Amino acid sequence: MNRFAELLDRLVLTPSRNGKLTLLTDYFRSVEDPDRGLALAAITGDLSIAAVKPAMLRALVVERMDPVLFGYSYDYVGDLAETVSLVWPQPQSHIPNHVPTLAEVVGKLQAASRSDGPKVLARLLDDGGISARFAIIKLVTGGLRIGVSARLAKQALADLGKVDVAEIEELWHGLTPPYAELFAWLEGKAEKPRSAALALFRPVMLSNAIDDGDLEKLDPADYAAEWKWDGIRVQAVCEGGVRRLYSRTGDDVSGAFPDLAAAMNFEATLDGELLVGDPREATGTFSDLQQRLNRKSVSPKIQQQYPAFMRCYDALQIDGEDLRALPFAERRKRLETFVNTLDPGRFDLSPLVAFSDWETLERLRQAPPHPIIEGVMLKRWDSPYLAGRPKGPWFKWKRDPHTIDAVLMYAQRGHGKRSSFYSDYTFGVWSGPEGSEELVPVGKAYFGFTDEELREIDKYVRDNTTERFGPVRSVRADRRNGLVLEVAFEGLNRSTRHKSGVAMRFPRISRLRWDKPAAEADRIETLQALLD
Amino acid sequence: MRASDLLKPRPEGLYCPPGGFFIDPVRPVERALITHGHSDHARSGHRSVLATRQTLDIMGLRYGEDFAGATQAAELGETVDINGVAVTFHPAGHVLGSAQIAVEHQGMRIVASGDYKRQKDATCLPFEPVRCDVFITEATFGLPVFRHPPDHEEIARVLKSAAQFPERSHLIGAYALGKAQRVMHLLRDAGYDRPIFIHGALAKLSEYYQSQGIDLGRFEPATVESGAKADFAGTIVVGPPQAFADRWARRFPDPISCFASGWMRIRQRAKQGGVELPLIISDHADWDELIITLKETGAQEIWVTHGREEALVRWCELEGIAARPLHLVGYEDEGD
Repeated sequence: MNRFAELLDRLVLTPSRNGKLTLLTDYFRSVEDPDRGLALAAITGDLSIAAVKPAMLRALVVERMDPVLFGYSYDYVGDLAETVSLVWPQPQSHIPNHVPTLAEVVGKLQAASRSDGPKVLARLLDDGGISARFAIIKLVTGGLRIGVSARLAKQALADLGKVDVAEIEELWHGLTPPYAELFAWLEGKAEKPRSAALALFRPVMLSNAIDDGDLEKLDPADYAAEWKWDGIRVQAVCEGGVRRLYSRTGDDVSGAFPDLAAAMNFEATLDGELLVGDPREATGTFSDLQQRLNRKSVSPKIQQQYPAFMRCYDALQIDGEDLRALPFAERRKRLETFVNTLDPGRFDLSPLVAFSDWETLERLRQAPPHPIIEGVMLKRWDSPYLAGRPKGPWFKWKRDPHTIDAVLMYAQRGHGKRSSFYSDYTFGVWSGPEGSEELVPVGKAYFGFTDEELREIDKYVRDNTTERFGPVRSVRADRRNGLVLEVAFEGLNRSTRHKSGVAMRFPRISRLRWDKPAAEADRIETLQALLD
Repeated sequence: MRASDLLKPRPEGLYCPPGGFFIDPVRPVERALITHGHSDHARSGHRSVLATRQTLDIMGLRYGEDFAGATQAAELGETVDINGVAVTFHPAGHVLGSAQIAVEHQGMRIVASGDYKRQKDATCLPFEPVRCDVFITEATFGLPVFRHPPDHEEIARVLKSAAQFPERSHLIGAYALGKAQRVMHLLRDAGYDRPIFIHGALAKLSEYYQSQGIDLGRFEPATVESGAKADFAGTIVVGPPQAFADRWARRFPDPISCFASGWMRIRQRAKQGGVELPLIISDHADWDELIITLKETGAQEIWVTHGREEALVRWCELEGIAARPLHLVGYEDEGD
């Protein structure tokens, strides 16, 4: 338990991806089965333990200590799990002779009935030290929140076994905690596990961005073009009555889209984009789609207002036949026939875009027919379906980003390599009537500049600080003074959380405009005009 | 004699009317008794100062030899008479030279503890409980959430991380007086025998600790001249915490910032400060140490100075001990 607790403590404070990977692989390498597998399941969200409500946790602790002292403590710390782990009084009569292992903890929690759950939890908290208690509470309250995605955990497994992460993803849904056979394979002690499970995820094929000069080398006749939809890439798999909707990284998202899952009554593996609306009538915008994202449960009302559908663009498998080795042209034909047999309110076909030369396509790309199109995809007619991101068969050619000139307002210190640099920038644009303009923050960006530019901005921030709050500095920014940043971004959403009413998607610094006077930066109206 | 006639708070600090002296005054006064060398307790500019030899030395290093008009060294355990008030210094276990000050007059004994801790610390003498009528305690970590783990476990985490990330350097933020030297000593106890790189702000005090027989092993200045960036790979560097936000830190390869402090018990504190590896090493008593100490002094009354007074006062209420906050101003958390 202590090693798992220590891992959680380190992960939550380690900002860099590589640092997290090192911590995870070291943990998987040094900890034995079944603890490491249970830790893995806890991180990927595959460990099922009956949840404990915060109120119950609070009740357990105030039975054991003065409620006033607990109140002071909770007010100070602000996090219930952390407060309880720290203040939990170790009973005098009960000195544990060993800290329970993760497997023992999970075993006891899973075996506990609803009525004796609190007692079992209290006994486990008695046995653990502070770190162990924190980890136990995190396990029972659900959601570790340690900044590690299931995808990252799988990458760590891939690093451990020196295999491609696609292999792990393909196996993943056929495996169950504590994954002993998976670890045995990764450590070279056993064969690769074979899975008989149905409706497994197949690693998806990804594209490369078109670079300057790429097109000149390509023959338009070799490529099909499609719109690039700005939805969520999904894989719909139905096999022997088992239905699964997977995200691009193999996370099972069926639960979030029950309306779409209900319409999956076929035998196939389809690749496409999840969007909202009714494909026969109107496709929703990205703001509409957002109503369906990051929700734990979806109310019938939301499902009705923003129905999910899938715009299909590839078929990996139809009626038990694996199509991945066939050329795209052939797969496309099969897909067209197949999609015709599906519920037209839930599935449609991503249309091909006819073009004869790159100039024609460029014109179409610049003026797409729908706001949720973010560019075009190019797919070689003769390409098989390959996992990962092979260079050559698939390209994405995105719409040019929007840019805006904004003024640097706040700078925050970075992490890791950048901990001595002010590297996260909040920028704003002008708002208000002429003569009394004010800057209103519209976004935050922390990349897009070179190391040399970072040093220059850092110096500027230090030389022009007006206020400091912890790791953040306010930077002098008024009509006559200020650093203008050209910010590139992919799109704009309405936002009720931001004072400016807009939220940028994927903002980054595209140029430093040392030459431009602050007063000439853009106004909020320029952004408002971009809202759909 | 009533306790409040023997010692009472004044804007300058805690004042003893019959003795005519202040304890740890925050403004220049005629006569000051000083518990330890942290700058919020030990200020310069007093006419005369009574403190342990080591505290006087440390003040001299920090403020220059003329930090006070006159100085007098207090021997631990030996009573000095000041205008009829008996004053005795006892070790406080906080940092090198730190002492509690017992003040006794007409049968009333008050102990002003300054800052103290109970965890063992090889860089200073251990705290000695002194029976008294009134005990004046700090409350820097006066909340039940503050529970300091054994310091050697914390140091083991740095060494483990250093082995995990050999291409990076580990920067340990530690206050210049006390914490920095304790961290260096703990590293040595854990078997770390490579040179420790230090920030210039630690040099004089660390050398002073060495001269007092506290072995810190080899330490070297972490200057750019002493190596290129890659030369600091795998090294452990100790410096004052504020230096890590500074351009100074750029000479180190992909540093992992560690901070040795009791505050690191609270994750959000670590997160806000950008600390990747928090080390819960404190020179102040944690909650358990505070309440054990209050009991051991046998005091009928507790006065709580700086920190989180309300929880400690509440605990005293529950135990049936009279307690009140003193609301002294000017003491910060230097030293942690």
